[in-house]
Amino acid sequence: MSHPYIPHTEEDVRQMLNTVGVPTVDALFEGLPGEVRLTRPLELPGPLAESDLLRDLKRLADQNATVESHVSFLGGGAYNHFIPAAVDYLVSRSEFTTAYTPYQPEISQGTLQAIFEFQTMICQLTGMDVANASMYDGASACAEAVLMAVRATRRRRVLISGALHPHYRETVRTYCQCLEVELVEVPWDTSGRTSPPALRELLDGETAALVAGYPNFFGVIEGVADLAEAAHAAGARLVVAVPEPVALGLLKAPGELGADIVVGEGQSFGIPLSFGGPSLGFFACRQQDLRSMPGRLVGETVDAQGKRGYVLTLSTREQHIRREKATSNICSNQGLCALTATIWLALLGKKGIRELAQHNLAKAAYARRQIAALPGFSLPFTGPVFNEFVVKVPGRVQMLLDRLAGLGILGGIALAPWYEGMDDCLLVCVTEQNSRAQIDALVAALAGGA
Amino acid sequence: MESLGTTGLVLNEKLLFEHSDPGRQGYSLPPLDVEEATLPAGLTRDEVGGLPELSEVDVVRHFTRLSTWNYGVDSGFYPLGSCTMKYNPKVNEVVARLPGFAATHPHAPAALCQGALELMHDLQQALAEISGFPALSLQPAAGAQGEFAGMLVIRAWHESRGEKRHRVLIPDTAHGTNPASAALCGYEVSPVASGADGRLSAAAVAAQMTEDVAALMVTNPNTLGLFESDIAEICRIVHAKGGLVYCDGANLNALLGMARPGDMGIDVMHFNLHKTFATPHGGGGPGAGPVGGCAKLAPFLPAPVVEKTAEGYRLTSPDRSVGRVKAFHGHFGVLVKAYAYIRSMGADGLKRVAHMAVLNANYVRARLQEVYHLPYRGRSLHEVVFSDKNLEGGCHTLDLAKRLIDYGYHPPTIYFPLVVKGAIMIEPTETESLETLDEFCEAMLAIARESRQSPELLLKAPGRTRIGRLDETAAARRPKLKWEKSD
Repeated sequence: MSHPYIPHTEEDVRQMLNTVGVPTVDALFEGLPGEVRLTRPLELPGPLAESDLLRDLKRLADQNATVESHVSFLGGGAYNHFIPAAVDYLVSRSEFTTAYTPYQPEISQGTLQAIFEFQTMICQLTGMDVANASMYDGASACAEAVLMAVRATRRRRVLISGALHPHYRETVRTYCQCLEVELVEVPWDTSGRTSPPALRELLDGETAALVAGYPNFFGVIEGVADLAEAAHAAGARLVVAVPEPVALGLLKAPGELGADIVVGEGQSFGIPLSFGGPSLGFFACRQQDLRSMPGRLVGETVDAQGKRGYVLTLSTREQHIRREKATSNICSNQGLCALTATIWLALLGKKGIRELAQHNLAKAAYARRQIAALPGFSLPFTGPVFNEFVVKVPGRVQMLLDRLAGLGILGGIALAPWYEGMDDCLLVCVTEQNSRAQIDALVAALAGGA
Repeated sequence: MESLGTTGLVLNEKLLFEHSDPGRQGYSLPPLDVEEATLPAGLTRDEVGGLPELSEVDVVRHFTRLSTWNYGVDSGFYPLGSCTMKYNPKVNEVVARLPGFAATHPHAPAALCQGALELMHDLQQALAEISGFPALSLQPAAGAQGEFAGMLVIRAWHESRGEKRHRVLIPDTAHGTNPASAALCGYEVSPVASGADGRLSAAAVAAQMTEDVAALMVTNPNTLGLFESDIAEICRIVHAKGGLVYCDGANLNALLGMARPGDMGIDVMHFNLHKTFATPHGGGGPGAGPVGGCAKLAPFLPAPVVEKTAEGYRLTSPDRSVGRVKAFHGHFGVLVKAYAYIRSMGADGLKRVAHMAVLNANYVRARLQEVYHLPYRGRSLHEVVFSDKNLEGGCHTLDLAKRLIDYGYHPPTIYFPLVVKGAIMIEPTETESLETLDEFCEAMLAIARESRQSPELLLKAPGRTRIGRLDETAAARRPKLKWEKSD
């Protein structure tokens, strides 16, 4: 029996068994007691030849609505941005894709230098001192940030803005459920921002951290400087979570505004939507917290000849050395996704990211204005937004969305599953990928009502 | 013998930032077709200071050069023990990039994503059949996160029975992530010593098993490449005291079609899809770490899971789910690749994977054991652990590893498991041919000879790489973690 992925011929097997000194391959499994052996074949379909496999997977792929088959205004933590051809071309090089975690630096300099560049760019975007070599995604990076703040302050109370992405809140809750950390949600006000009076009331001397989105789940740009001031007055860390980092091309860096830990999702930086994953978490903090950071770090050093090179460093914080006392259990990072983001950011550069952010801002502002002018539609929040905003619609949101889908438009995300009292609200996202004509089509379709 | 390693023309390359030239850009935007908008004063920055300015060709040359400094499975043999670096089939990359998968938004309505959900559902079913665990969640992003999710499930199950247990037993051969994940779940970790034969004995577990122990975390086959032959008895001992057994699935490759952890009495396990099911490791990720459990643990699994109903496939949360461990539905793109791999292998193919992986490991063992010290002599499965005891001339495992690079191979896993001093852990995987194994073994034997005759070849290795051994101590003492303009 031959298979394209397994090179052994019958003659090879015979020769190898000879060398090993056993009569059959099965004899090599003699350490498995009979009571744990599988005595029947697995019930699985296949094997499929490559052509049949392709046909079958195309059949599945063709059943899904995409941002190409439909006009999409979906955001909510995953964003449809243009990916230049050079990104996938470079990231597909198998020296990058088929390598492992760079434990042997002399033959992993490609990955290591790229990650060093990634760390640098994340610091530049966030305005922070140090960034790690990436985490699984924005939500889990946010949970790790909360754990780090709890470690650093030795406090047990964490305030989370109710306007933070619901998946981020749920993930923080999952990560903290065993650790005697008290999680308290802070309400938002009519601007769509975390409410300052509520915050003042809830912050106390036991608070380890305040966590808020930037922009938050409603697309609203939080007043990070005010949040930082309030948190710091109580001795707490401010964790800023950025689900749409293209915004950082235009918005003030959270570090400049007083954030202590900045985390976020890097999918916007050249990573396909791919039904929500794989994604890329980033994590940046102040120098003082360096040694309690989770995850991998790449540092610069030299070889014996003084030649510059890069290595994984400060690993004494990590699980393979400190085991149960490690700063986190993270082992792999998101190497290839971090590389993708690095390539994408390198192509855009200083000016490109700003222009891209301006396009997103302008398109969303146009759509927001047009939709707000429709009879029966309104904007529940007054705060400034980037490329996403909440719309209050007349009639039932789900019926409206279904009707739009029938017209080939994915019109937004219903807020009802996540927020009580927002049954008539819709989250609409507009990026540079949406033309004016698409926006006009959305507005016309909305005007048709539910 | 002529070594595979050689020195071609390798180009130097600066950092991106050092190439930057004001005014360059590698990205084009269409003209803005709506009016410009501004944000209120005080919210915006002037520019992202420090980001480079480069043309497309600058960026393409930069990363192409960097790629040539990397060693991947497509470059050559990569025998990393416990990491299962098998060949990654190219069709998997093609299918993961089909627009119907890559351009699908996670918030798109379920009714319009039935193909993606069907794939996830069928992958859940296939993993259930392969592992013997009827309940599956594909959500975790990596093995370590699957491990964490699995331990949360264990804790939630105990709590649902009104029990609060405080300890987790972990063999001394375990991966470092095991104790770290248990600690994240608030557990105190008690190490269990493996026996002189490298295995966990039922007696050792019985001696430490109390009603305060929530779980035993075992890796099977373990990190010495040995099957934990007492596993069924060990599970009975743990269960008798009300505990559960967790299995680290990193070494599942050895068992495909041969045995199922769920049938051994194990309660929860994570899969490393990137290892066992041939999705590329990507220089450290993305992976995918689904978690499987026995029927009684199904209500506690991480959300979401995919369910098949009369109306079609849908995402749902198990009743008493421990919650989500990340945003959205897991690393879907990685799931597509693993699914494609399983479909292309079928039942017989997967069994052949285990057969050839184990044969390869035993072949390497047979060829090297006369020269390299083999601390545990039990029957090896898919990996074999030697030590550096027989190296001479003051050479150690690290020197051997660096010298192997000169010969053209990625070194094995070194200094792990911790129970072997100077460990050299070789996992050839089933995708390596007899010819490759022979060449590798010749290199290993040549290096052992060199350690006697000219140890400096090892001590100064690697000598054929663009840069030599790097000063890791200096990197940690004065951490330089980003480029700065003043440099």
